[in-house]
Amino acid sequence: MAVITYREALNQALAEEMERDPDVFLMGEEVGVYNGAYKVSKGLLEKFGDMRVVDTPITELGFAGLGVGAAMTGIRPVIEFMTWNFAILAFDQIFNSAAKMRSMSGGQFKMPITFRGPTGAALQLAAQHSQALESQVAHYPGVKVVVPGTPADAKGLLKAAIRDDDPVCVFEGEMLYNLKGEVPEDDDYIIPLGVADLKREGSDVSIITHGKMIHTALQAAAQMEKDGVSVEVLDLRSLRPLDTDAIMRTVAKTNRVVLVEEGWAFGGITATIAAMIQEEAFDMLDAPILRVTQADVPMPYAKAMEKAAKPSVELVIQKLNQVLYR
Amino acid sequence: MADDKKKDTSAAVTETVQAEDRSPEAAAEAGGELDRASQTEHKPRLSDEERMQGLSPDQLKKMMYDMLLARRLEEKVAEAYALGRIGGFCHLYIGQEAVAIGAISAQTPDDYVMTAYREHVHALQCGITPGAIMAELYGRADGCSKGKGGSMHMFSAEHNYLGGHGIVGGQIPLALGVAWKIKYRKEDRVIQVYCGEAAVNQGAFHESLNMAALWKIPMILIVENNRFGMGTAWERASSLYDIYQKATAYAMPSAVADGMDVLDMYRVTKEAVERARSGGGPTLIEARTYRFVGHSMSDPVSGVYRTKEDVENEKANDPIRIFADLLARQNILSQEELEKMDEEVKRVSEEAADFAEKSPEPEVSELYTEIYAEENVNGRLYFDMRER
Ligand SMILES: Cc1ncc(C[n+]2csc(CCOP(=O)(O)OP(=O)(O)O)c2C)c(N)n1
Repeated sequence: MAVITYREALNQALAEEMERDPDVFLMGEEVGVYNGAYKVSKGLLEKFGDMRVVDTPITELGFAGLGVGAAMTGIRPVIEFMTWNFAILAFDQIFNSAAKMRSMSGGQFKMPITFRGPTGAALQLAAQHSQALESQVAHYPGVKVVVPGTPADAKGLLKAAIRDDDPVCVFEGEMLYNLKGEVPEDDDYIIPLGVADLKREGSDVSIITHGKMIHTALQAAAQMEKDGVSVEVLDLRSLRPLDTDAIMRTVAKTNRVVLVEEGWAFGGITATIAAMIQEEAFDMLDAPILRVTQADVPMPYAKAMEKAAKPSVELVIQKLNQVLYR
Repeated sequence: MADDKKKDTSAAVTETVQAEDRSPEAAAEAGGELDRASQTEHKPRLSDEERMQGLSPDQLKKMMYDMLLARRLEEKVAEAYALGRIGGFCHLYIGQEAVAIGAISAQTPDDYVMTAYREHVHALQCGITPGAIMAELYGRADGCSKGKGGSMHMFSAEHNYLGGHGIVGGQIPLALGVAWKIKYRKEDRVIQVYCGEAAVNQGAFHESLNMAALWKIPMILIVENNRFGMGTAWERASSLYDIYQKATAYAMPSAVADGMDVLDMYRVTKEAVERARSGGGPTLIEARTYRFVGHSMSDPVSGVYRTKEDVENEKANDPIRIFADLLARQNILSQEELEKMDEEVKRVSEEAADFAEKSPEPEVSELYTEIYAEENVNGRLYFDMRER
């Protein structure tokens, strides 16, 4: 298997799907001539021409809605947001139009659209550019949400998203684009939506997480191992559909859970999962479920403050010890 | 003779129409709004022959039938609403019929139509049966959206009718996407998208106009300027009165149409449709019209934002009256034929209500269907306790 970056894996997924299906096109700010703000679409304009790799004006609501209308009538847009922070301007079209079209038309219109772009904090970009918004999007029935944490997952999940007949929102880790990993070259390498991945097996305690945070979790697990604690790391990969079976399996195995997400605690993904475990698997728990999230503040700019606001390996270790009563 | 005819037809067509002299001169004298469109556009007054644009008597009669059916069906809707048979928000189109009927008559069934929530007549004009529309309003299984959409979300893929959208201005980018698809697939089609004048202040409108003009895609945007967004008069909401002028900011062709005149709507739209088909790109059409009813069923006819007299004055421009007069003058549709037609559409409206009444309620077990393409995916799609 070739070792490539997360960015290259996404690029491969796009190129392969555009090659396979002439109805797939990519649209967004700077995706063409500039090769993509994060270079995910590098070389695609040259390969596919300007009807299929379309540079737009800076009008998130407008081009997101354009994608929804196009999808409604049968083609398969991939809409790139420069980052999900700017997609907030387009939330009306994602939530009020894309998510609901099939339902409010009594099933007459499918919605084969993919919205994608980076999520989460990078380094010192301050409040408006450092948000992990997947919990907001996953709030809406009618959309699907995936959050790949590795290059292989990025490729497999994006390909699945493009082939899916529902609106799928792909949250790419802003800090993951340079991450390298083995990625299958197979044209039909697909990771089905709704299948979580056990990134690390363990027996004492489970971390359930997604996206960039799997790396924080894995680091915490590696450190705990030195202390003789065996930590399991479940990567959800897909938030909607959510692999509840995999969640219940790991809870049944370790009986202790720490939930980690990059976004805020209030109304977060971890809040939903904690409630679900409590509702459906209370008897399996040997300790209260604990969570690690971003501090409940707009992300500050100053380096030390930013560091303190983000979920960290140290915080995860602290919570792991707490659920182990150590 | 024409004047006598006018008086006769008015009584037969609808009680809301006053038999008055409604010539442009008389209206101007009365300070009326009748000729607003022509004043703004400086268009020449057209003779009856010119106004008919070579449409055959059958085509003209069909338009009359469509207008009458729209009016009578919605009167029936109002009745059913008052009886509690229809729930939710319900926005009637009474007074504005000439807009959708004139414009949609100017394109083919292969072309698309999309609009906002004041949509019963657009849906009807695209070919959805009165029964399916009424059943949707009743929230029944035979409704055109199987009861899941209601008044604001009617759809018919079969008729290229793309809804029925409830967020002011939100449908305009969607239509932009449909026009984009037409270009992408190199299809010989256009899309007409409608919005109220209040939507013109939304970013969605401006973002869409810019891209439509930039990419020269076949979208015809028809602004139904009925002068009020709920209770806010247009002049209290917009720094520029003439909506058609907004297109100049995007180097886009635009026109004003008399939205009380079905033939003017037809004429102006036809030109835009032809331009779009021949690769000339989008057009903005401002249709100057008026609603004779409240904003929605919860709003009285006049409300606090306009007087009863205002509404009565505007009713002098009833689009059905205007058109019936022309057809009578031209000996295309006599008074008797008009009355017969009116009886016919009343019967059709009754039948639509009967159909809705008899249509079953959708199964509550359908609650979780038609939200995602496949229900049997790995992992959970729904997060409430009902599912378990
Ligand atoms: C984004 C948004 N804001 C507010 C509303 C509430 N609302 C519904 S209709 C309406 C007035 C719109 O008027 P206009 O666009 O002129 O259309 P008309 O009702 O006259 O056909 C308002 C404010 C809404 N549906 N969507």
